[in-house]
Amino acid sequence: MPAETIAPSGGRPALREPLWLRLSLIGGALTFLAVFLLLPLILVFVQALGHGVEAYWDALVEQDAVSAIQLTVLVAAIAVPLNLVFGVAASWCIAKFEFRGKSLLITLIDLPFSVSPVISGMVYVLLFGLNGWLGPWLIDHNIKIIFALPGLVLATVFVTFPFVARELIPLMQEQGTEEEEAAVVLGASGWQVFRRVTLPNIKWGLLYGVLLCNARAMGEFGAVSVVSGHIRGMTNTMPLHVEILYNEYNFVAAFAVASLLALLALVTLVVKSLLEWRYGDELAASARH
Amino acid sequence: MVFGLLRRGFLGVTLAAGALGCGLLTSMPAAADTTLLNVSYDPTRELYVEYNKAFAEYWKTQGGDAVRINQSHGGSGKQARSVIDGLDADIVTLALAYDIDAIAERGQINKDWQARLPQNSSPYTSTIVFLVRKGNPKGIKNWDDLAKPGVQVITPNPKTSGGARWNYLAAWGYALEKWNNDEAKAKEFLEQIFKNVPVLDTGARGSTITFTERGLGDVLLSWENEAFLSIKELGADKLEIVVPSLTILAEPPVAVVDKVVDRKGTRKVAEAYLNYLYSDAGQEIAAKNFYRPRNPAIAAKYENVFTKANLFTIDERLGGWQAAQKKHFSDGGIFDQIYQPGK
Amino acid sequence: MTDISLRSAPQMRVGRWSLRKPSVLPGFGLTLGFTLCYLSLIVLIPLAGLILAAAGLGWSGFWSAVTTPRVLAAFRVSFGTSMIAALINAVFGLMVAWVLVRYSFPGKKIVDAIVDLPFALPTAVAGIALTALYSRNGWIGSWLEPMGIKVAFTPIGIIVALTFIGLPFVVRTVQPVLQDLAPEEEEAAVSLGATRWQTFCRVIFPAILPALMTGTALAFARAVGEFGSVIFIAGNMPGISEIIPLLIIIKLEQFDYAGATAIATLMLMVSFAMLLAINMLQAWMRSRHAG
Repeated sequence: MPAETIAPSGGRPALREPLWLRLSLIGGALTFLAVFLLLPLILVFVQALGHGVEAYWDALVEQDAVSAIQLTVLVAAIAVPLNLVFGVAASWCIAKFEFRGKSLLITLIDLPFSVSPVISGMVYVLLFGLNGWLGPWLIDHNIKIIFALPGLVLATVFVTFPFVARELIPLMQEQGTEEEEAAVVLGASGWQVFRRVTLPNIKWGLLYGVLLCNARAMGEFGAVSVVSGHIRGMTNTMPLHVEILYNEYNFVAAFAVASLLALLALVTLVVKSLLEWRYGDELAASARH
Repeated sequence: MVFGLLRRGFLGVTLAAGALGCGLLTSMPAAADTTLLNVSYDPTRELYVEYNKAFAEYWKTQGGDAVRINQSHGGSGKQARSVIDGLDADIVTLALAYDIDAIAERGQINKDWQARLPQNSSPYTSTIVFLVRKGNPKGIKNWDDLAKPGVQVITPNPKTSGGARWNYLAAWGYALEKWNNDEAKAKEFLEQIFKNVPVLDTGARGSTITFTERGLGDVLLSWENEAFLSIKELGADKLEIVVPSLTILAEPPVAVVDKVVDRKGTRKVAEAYLNYLYSDAGQEIAAKNFYRPRNPAIAAKYENVFTKANLFTIDERLGGWQAAQKKHFSDGGIFDQIYQPGK
Repeated sequence: MTDISLRSAPQMRVGRWSLRKPSVLPGFGLTLGFTLCYLSLIVLIPLAGLILAAAGLGWSGFWSAVTTPRVLAAFRVSFGTSMIAALINAVFGLMVAWVLVRYSFPGKKIVDAIVDLPFALPTAVAGIALTALYSRNGWIGSWLEPMGIKVAFTPIGIIVALTFIGLPFVVRTVQPVLQDLAPEEEEAAVSLGATRWQTFCRVIFPAILPALMTGTALAFARAVGEFGSVIFIAGNMPGISEIIPLLIIIKLEQFDYAGATAIATLMLMVSFAMLLAINMLQAWMRSRHAG
């Protein structure tokens, strides 16, 4: 049959599972995803809109909610570019060069990812807290780190530390160094090599890394909870504000702010899918082995 | 490097975020002349929203600057920990004296803090009551009913929640009374109660939500003010309050954080803030938010709100907070013995 | 190629202790220097501070702080629930990856996209939503409760939350490997008379096993430290549903900094060991893949 010749890998009966098995695998996978992923997401929006759009909107424009949103955006706007620069630098030296201790370096870069967020917050308290190593000096110089913006940024940077690098390192490793080497031999400067050769190859991975990093930065709870101080309207980020509203029996408002964060997550995913769809070939070429 | 990337235009998200952030920095609301930070425990949110407004107006009439009071709420222990670690609180209004003592021990507050204001520095009091479902289906009347098999008791974790420590000590005081100070019996009694506890939330609010919203448990051990508030918020058709035969006089204390107010130069207004809590207006606000006022005249006015309860204080029966904390809640203390893993 | 290595020869002749292999590409010093500085400032120095603080306890102090029954029980809870959640993710993650790679069905793109949701959704939001779903009056809980299954406020609740958190890891590590699997081997197996099941067990499964293990290990590593989503749903009973990160917070709130640092340091070491293991797994995976 012609269809078989067109789709050689999936088309042959011997290489396919029987229909019942296929359907039950699809069914099982979809049920699992629906129960674990979709339902919580739907619940957030149902609860948020439970008292109508007006109540939803009121909850979002309420003064403390607005300042929580502003603070969250500000923190992410500082933390994400920092980790972006770091991620590009780290993946350049790791992917393009061979050197001793590389795997140790990779492990150290990965470390914040598996360290409990609670510990990430706590280390900064131990360092900058009043009874910490630098605490007395900071007080003398009237510098506030924890329970203020710098502490929130530090904790967020820590938690989202590996995101861009993790996305880029495998990508750049796959691509090898031939193109860059050729460019150098042809007389391009380092910056030109990066901009003209490397960047076009990694841009989609980079963008996705940034998006994920941003979503995680805005949504971090455990680490910022330790260093925030929870001052209403001043050091409450959105996830902390959700918790506070929830604790004030203000469930609609809590879920309304939560739905913004969920929306952010969805936008991240949609942008990613759009990229994959639009630049599918390019992506596949760069993401494949 | 960043600019190169930005020029290529694929950091739209971050760029927009950055622009927003910069805009925010310049558009921060102009700070009032004086700002105070009141670091408080969980159930006082509504109280201090109202009180802060009243105080700001009062302070203006006294010829003071415009004053803006920021609030931070959380579990009492967590809040004390933040102040110890350098959260710039001018005022702490916590659930129990032990937490303020912990701050004083590390030098942020003078050790004599409790004697500086009348009535042990607690301008309002509360007590521990039972919140049960409407109609009291399990017939819970007193502490003994909590130890019965088949009754589910909701209380936060005494290790992290100030309110839960009051809960625990109220039960302990009752047991001592009942068994003539036989501590072994009291311990057994507490063990039975805690066997009936299916969830230990970290804070008082968490427990209230578990009980009211999640529908778990038959009885919630709760601050009296918290119980009133949840009835007000969630409907009198669902819940009712039971006052046990003997319970504890909970005295949430307040203090000025000396190190901070001296550094910020806010001592005068911070002290006025606490003193105003003892004024008629302050007492009235406390009573309206279901805290028992200290002022007899105001208390008389709200007599029909608060049930008459037979109360004991921690000082007369348990030898004060330091002793109680050490004996019950320190590592390896009686609470830990009750909660041996696997028991 | 020879030309290139000749050109860069002078740089590399630092001796046999040279730190890196030669390359014509520029920027090694700059990027590595920046990487190390940033890494030290953000991660290493703060973590060293933690370890120093724990070292102040002395070995016996450290040991007694981390071996109290309550701490041990919390470790059991944390590792046990994370392990179960990781295994659930291994099974269902493989299934999801398989379905996404091998079959086509309506809405597949959406499903593929939504797998990443736990990466992006804030953990606290996930925790609150899951609690609301699984408590006795929630959408799922009200349906499970009559059957005698309690999820919220039990260790099962922790497993649910951790399964949510770890879901994308297995799918995203297995998916590309499955995609790259050459159909020839499967065809060969079939032409040699293997059944579909035999082909899966003997040809496909061994090929994706390293990726599956890596993904599972990643899900496990992430789950052990998780805090935000768990505290809402766990019940937090000492010895039963109290996880290690919560215990650290509790110790801090009791002003027991020494205890908190000791537990945190132990956890940090565990995280580091797990990551080393994962990176070794990945190296193995690459070598298998190449060979």
